[in-house]
Amino acid sequence: MNLLPLAQLKIEKPGGSDSCAASNDFCPGWIAENIGRYWDPLLEHVVLTLVPVAIGFAISMALAIMAHRRRWLTGPIITVTGIFFAIPSVAAFFLLQPITGLGTTTAMVALTSYTLLIIFRNITTGLRNVPAETRDAAIGQGLTQRQVLVRVELPMATPEIMAGLRIATSTTVGLAALAVFAGGGGLGTEILVDKYFKSNVVVAGGLAVLLAAVLDLLILTAQRAVTPWQRARS
Amino acid sequence: MTPALAILGDFGEAIEFIFKERESVSGGVQIGGIPELAGFGATHMIVSVAALAIAAALAIPLALWLGHIGRGDFLATATSNVGRAVPSLALLAFFISFVGLGYTNVISVLVLLAIPPLITNTYVGVRQVDRDTVDAARGQGMSGMEIVRKIELPLALPAIFDGLRTSAVNVVATATIAPLANVQTLGEPIITPQTYGFVGQLGAAILVAVITIAVDVLFARLQKAVTPAGLKLADPAPSRWFSRPTRRRLKST
Amino acid sequence: MTSTHRRILAALAAMCLTFGLAACGEDDSADTGSSGETPAAEGKVIQRDAANASKETITVGSKNFTEQYILGEVYAQTLEAQGFKVKRRLNLGSEQVAYKALGGGNIDMYPEYTGTALTSFFKVKTADVPKDADEAYELAKTNYEKKGITALERTPFQNTFIIASTKKTATEAGDPKTASELFTKNPKLSISGFPECRQREDCLLGLRSTYGFKGKFVSSDGKFNDLDGGQSDLTLAFSTDPQLALTDKYVAYEDDKKFFPPYNITLGIRDETVTAIGEEAVQTLVAVQEGMTEEAMRELNRRVELDKQEPKKVAADYLKEEGFVE
Repeated sequence: MNLLPLAQLKIEKPGGSDSCAASNDFCPGWIAENIGRYWDPLLEHVVLTLVPVAIGFAISMALAIMAHRRRWLTGPIITVTGIFFAIPSVAAFFLLQPITGLGTTTAMVALTSYTLLIIFRNITTGLRNVPAETRDAAIGQGLTQRQVLVRVELPMATPEIMAGLRIATSTTVGLAALAVFAGGGGLGTEILVDKYFKSNVVVAGGLAVLLAAVLDLLILTAQRAVTPWQRARS
Repeated sequence: MTPALAILGDFGEAIEFIFKERESVSGGVQIGGIPELAGFGATHMIVSVAALAIAAALAIPLALWLGHIGRGDFLATATSNVGRAVPSLALLAFFISFVGLGYTNVISVLVLLAIPPLITNTYVGVRQVDRDTVDAARGQGMSGMEIVRKIELPLALPAIFDGLRTSAVNVVATATIAPLANVQTLGEPIITPQTYGFVGQLGAAILVAVITIAVDVLFARLQKAVTPAGLKLADPAPSRWFSRPTRRRLKST
Repeated sequence: MTSTHRRILAALAAMCLTFGLAACGEDDSADTGSSGETPAAEGKVIQRDAANASKETITVGSKNFTEQYILGEVYAQTLEAQGFKVKRRLNLGSEQVAYKALGGGNIDMYPEYTGTALTSFFKVKTADVPKDADEAYELAKTNYEKKGITALERTPFQNTFIIASTKKTATEAGDPKTASELFTKNPKLSISGFPECRQREDCLLGLRSTYGFKGKFVSSDGKFNDLDGGQSDLTLAFSTDPQLALTDKYVAYEDDKKFFPPYNITLGIRDETVTAIGEEAVQTLVAVQEGMTEEAMRELNRRVELDKQEPKKVAADYLKEEGFVE
């Protein structure tokens, strides 16, 4: 065995070069220098949030429209989505593994299931809150059921629907941190990699909260853009 | 494995893990079965109940008062928004690095997670009490405290229990990751697959899911029980699972 | 309307600022360890083979702690230097998860410790594991073969468990030098260890039976953080932990009863992958292990754990400093 290579690995003085980081403290300097390493996990986290919310929205909308016509469906749908909602995400990540394996798919399936109850309930409430007179007036004008839904009821339900989207989004951001248990990546991975390093935990957690705030505001803006006739209630 | 369970494959084995002891994957120790899991379950429920009680004692009186004087709109919205987005894992890791391991850490984290829904729902519940009723009571000479106790609290109970339900579910769910801080709840088999194997992880996951759903149903029943008949009739949405749209349900694990 | 816009801009600005700082603060050309001269490493530099680029992507896995991340990256980058397409699945979890992934084909290779493989996968009792590093490796290799996995030559270094405490605790305990001394004089001390340790024969259970350890077990993978934070008196550290070099802060105790089995690393590769990558690639993977002495591993771990560098960079630096990569 060649001894020469050994001499080449430069052994630093024990104790490390950055004493703040070495003692696992909160180090603004280290954070400023190393924040780049959180970029990829943050992007993963964004995907882990947006995809489930989008799919959840599509499914919930379909269910809500179905339940709008047949009121009796509301109860059962709420019960089933309520059960999904109550299952802790960590448990769900494991329960899904025999079916979907370890990885992003499992995480996204579980995260999507949590958005269903919230969004479905908000869409349904929004639709129910449309005053009967408005609906009658629209029908009186000769609009079909579907046209009433698309042109009158849904637009009027928009604030409630958007509120549901906002809740679902911030909830999913928080839950996506646990996706690491499903092998799905995200900011949770960074937390677990060095959970004793205060700077790391603060940055990873802080980015999640920041992400939720940004997405929340974006949806709020979209809401205001789509409903100029209403001041959106936050 | 009994033939019926064998069909379910991994799930069948997981259920068997819950009821029967078996040798650990790394060998030499007996793991699984009711006695051990009941032990984990007891720890799980103890930290959950303690945290919920503490959170309720802190949050509900505060929110009742704020709702009574009408000054808490921003706090209610802000706590619910921030509370939703903080990942429970980050909070636990934060406490591990700043406070250390053990029951204090775990219960503190659970209390922090339980407080937002309680504040928001209690506050909204009080605000939704009919103002005329409150004015009438004031006209009759009731003091502030009396109004809170005799009028607003009873009428806000359904909302309060909605908050308790959400918090209870969150707390029980988050207690699953407590083993990361040296408190062995039902999450222990999940984070120690070397010992418990994937089957153990699955079995524990099933137990956690079942218990959380049971807690959800329990509080739903309680909520229904404390809803005065009059309010139930007045509810525009007749389904018993429907809660008022302004009350937010949070989920943190 | 405008206030909302302002709020959004503020939040977006906050995010851009934090990442913008990364662009300013990061120094890509930072050469933290190179001693300046890289002697002509006659034939040591890994040669890129264009043919490898068209072969199937190889997935390299690792378990979920610092040393594993580094090793995973070293092997992955070694393959990449030869022109292979590599996918990483580091941070798989404990060995059970990693072994399952290897067997199921989700990953093509991952580095495992000989002692762990024998006790966790091949049902060898801790007391029966050969104490000699080579014998342990041969036994593991034979067992792996039966499962269709090729276990590459073991690394020079081994990473075994070592009981450690703060200097203060050592002084209070009477400055024992060996684990036996430590436990006979102070049976009530608490010890922290990773969660699985609680139920393992080659860990806590063995400590209780072999050394008569009677103290409390604290389930945590904090190691030296637990010592610093007063969470436990002792901890089960790894022999390649960088903190062990801080001899004025921490003390390690000799495993005089030779309780812990050998823990050298052997890269377990699926047989199909061995055929796919070819003999030369396999030999290169073995060659990069040359520099992995205990001292070297401790330094690499130090760079990640204390300097907070990323494993990817540390692995790249290792290959560069050892002369395997230009």
